[in-house]
Amino acid sequence: MSTSTSTTPLAIDVRAVRRVYKARPKPIVALDGVDLQVEPGELFGLLGPNGAGKTTLIKILTTLLLPTEGSAKVFGFDVARQTSEIRRIMNIVSGGETSGYGLLQVREQLWMFSQFYGLPSREGWKRVDELMDAVGIQDLAQQKINGLSTGQRQKMNFARGLLNDPWIFFLDEPTLGLDVSAARAVRELIRDWQAAVPGRTILLTSHYMAEVEELCERLAIVDRGRILAIGSPAELRQRVQSESIFVLEVDRLEGGPGALARLPGVVKALISTDADAGAPGDRQTVEVKLVLAEDAALGGVVSALAGLNSHIVALRKSEPSLEDVFVELVGRGFSDAVADETPDDTPNDRGTPPRPPDRAEALGGEPATVDEEPREPVAFTR
Amino acid sequence: MKEATPSAARTPSRAAGRYVYRQTASPQEAAQWSRRRIIVTNLRTMIGRAYPRVIGLKREPSWMFFEILLPFLTTSAFVFVYRALQAPQEFIGFVVLGGAMTAFWGNVIWTMGVQLYWEKDQGNLDLYFTTPISMMSVLFGMASGSLVSSCLRAAIVLLVGALVYGVSFAINDWLLLGGVFALTLTALYGFGMILASLFVLWGREAYHLTQALQEPAYFVSGLNFPVAKLGALGAVAISVIPLAVGLDAMRQLAFTGSAATAGVLSPGAEALVLVAMTVIFIGVARVALRKMEWLARHEGRLTLRGG
Repeated sequence: MSTSTSTTPLAIDVRAVRRVYKARPKPIVALDGVDLQVEPGELFGLLGPNGAGKTTLIKILTTLLLPTEGSAKVFGFDVARQTSEIRRIMNIVSGGETSGYGLLQVREQLWMFSQFYGLPSREGWKRVDELMDAVGIQDLAQQKINGLSTGQRQKMNFARGLLNDPWIFFLDEPTLGLDVSAARAVRELIRDWQAAVPGRTILLTSHYMAEVEELCERLAIVDRGRILAIGSPAELRQRVQSESIFVLEVDRLEGGPGALARLPGVVKALISTDADAGAPGDRQTVEVKLVLAEDAALGGVVSALAGLNSHIVALRKSEPSLEDVFVELVGRGFSDAVADETPDDTPNDRGTPPRPPDRAEALGGEPATVDEEPREPVAFTR
Repeated sequence: MKEATPSAARTPSRAAGRYVYRQTASPQEAAQWSRRRIIVTNLRTMIGRAYPRVIGLKREPSWMFFEILLPFLTTSAFVFVYRALQAPQEFIGFVVLGGAMTAFWGNVIWTMGVQLYWEKDQGNLDLYFTTPISMMSVLFGMASGSLVSSCLRAAIVLLVGALVYGVSFAINDWLLLGGVFALTLTALYGFGMILASLFVLWGREAYHLTQALQEPAYFVSGLNFPVAKLGALGAVAISVIPLAVGLDAMRQLAFTGSAATAGVLSPGAEALVLVAMTVIFIGVARVALRKMEWLARHEGRLTLRGG
């Protein structure tokens, strides 16, 4: 978690926020003591499975929901008391958003929203045309919105979200349901918009790891209403891997991996058993997995290989994925978590209270197994 | 504002320039709006929200069949009943006038009160609440947009009713009649806003409440007969239902001199009742909308779909 040294307010400052929904037979804890600080200008990601509490947090920050306990501020404005100020400087786009009026054309729909931000009528039409052009839907201007595809609609939603030139943009699963091409276009749009003006801040929620990893400078891994870890993707990966792992492919290796394992700084040297590589006997090369105490030990390995008349065919550093980080933190796979929780939690993740009792228990701080017990957040200072 | 530097990897494309519009120096500056800007934005919101309603009339002309022709049949049925009973001719006029005013009551209940239920269901309501506007402006916009169709419907019913059923009006005080009509609308829409506030917090429950209100309100409003005939119930009706008091006054003013048009109160007194209703209803609606928004945020119901 970063600490701002500046006297200017943080873009997002969430302190000990809890959000409890009334429900039977017992209340549901959607957020359980969340602390989060995001600097102005950051593209910050919230990564977690459905039902983790991401959308609940976004709804609090966008003034649609009040925290049960704790405080949340957006650029210094309190979400409970200064809603007008926050609404003037922010906007939100959610995945699967179906807002609007079917009989309106895209251009009219956007113009209507421009009026909600006080743009003079003629200027509103002009701004709408510019944004339709920017997001690539200018040819859909006269199309009624009930005839748009999911991708087209999402681009229109982005144009709507940019009408007021927000300082902070909340993106809640913005590529949900989009095909590869549309999702890529949306990601490019996000980057372009933020890069246009220093200080523009984005809070992005997603359960697509690659998306968060590609876009975000820092991210928080969220599960069951708690932030489990915060840091850059590299820092989070570092958490699950204290040693350096390299995969080395050589044309021959006299003396086997043992010859490398004895070198200083080499923790382990193993013939790779990667299924994709085929059986060792069938290969023209030898693949060795090297576990090093630190990267610097690699130099000694390369020198030793030269002495053994081995030629390096390929060398790559093996990085753990965010999935590995999630497994380490949560004790189960990310996709398992998504599959486990999707049917019950999808509506709840949208900020709605009803949840089944068994899930409520898990969220209420009474985990069924030791593995599911929420862990303390891990902070990395930028 | 801290000048945070975007990462080097983020090089804006050629499109980036189009994402800059009236850039402010800081979020703090952008968040400070003058009183004039707040008022102008809310006025523009009204126009913006009225737009879909007005454009819808052009794009979906079927409304003329459902909202003018079919209700006119109901009005006609009462006309034939009164004719069969050989009631005074003014009663035919009552029915036609009542038929015209039904449009506004239906408008208030179904396109204003219940509208927020549909807005919530469609995902529009939470977007409204994330914009820097008053929900009153959205409701005024809905109301003014709907007024176009309601006024058209009322005018057609009056005109066709007068021509087909030979209704002759006797109006001495056009100014007061116009004033009472306008006050009836303002009071009615104030009432509609109170109803709408219920939908911010509740969904289906408020929907059922509105359904339950419709027929009793039609009955005690005296849409098809003079409300004075209801005795004490009529007196209660004109004290709480804008349509009842408005109709009672308008009938007295549209058919001056007829013994059949005796109202509960004089038209002037009823105009004052309407003024009071307008002030109270709009004031209560303002408070109720704020309170309901706060409650809905507290209980997590602003975005609840399906109530």
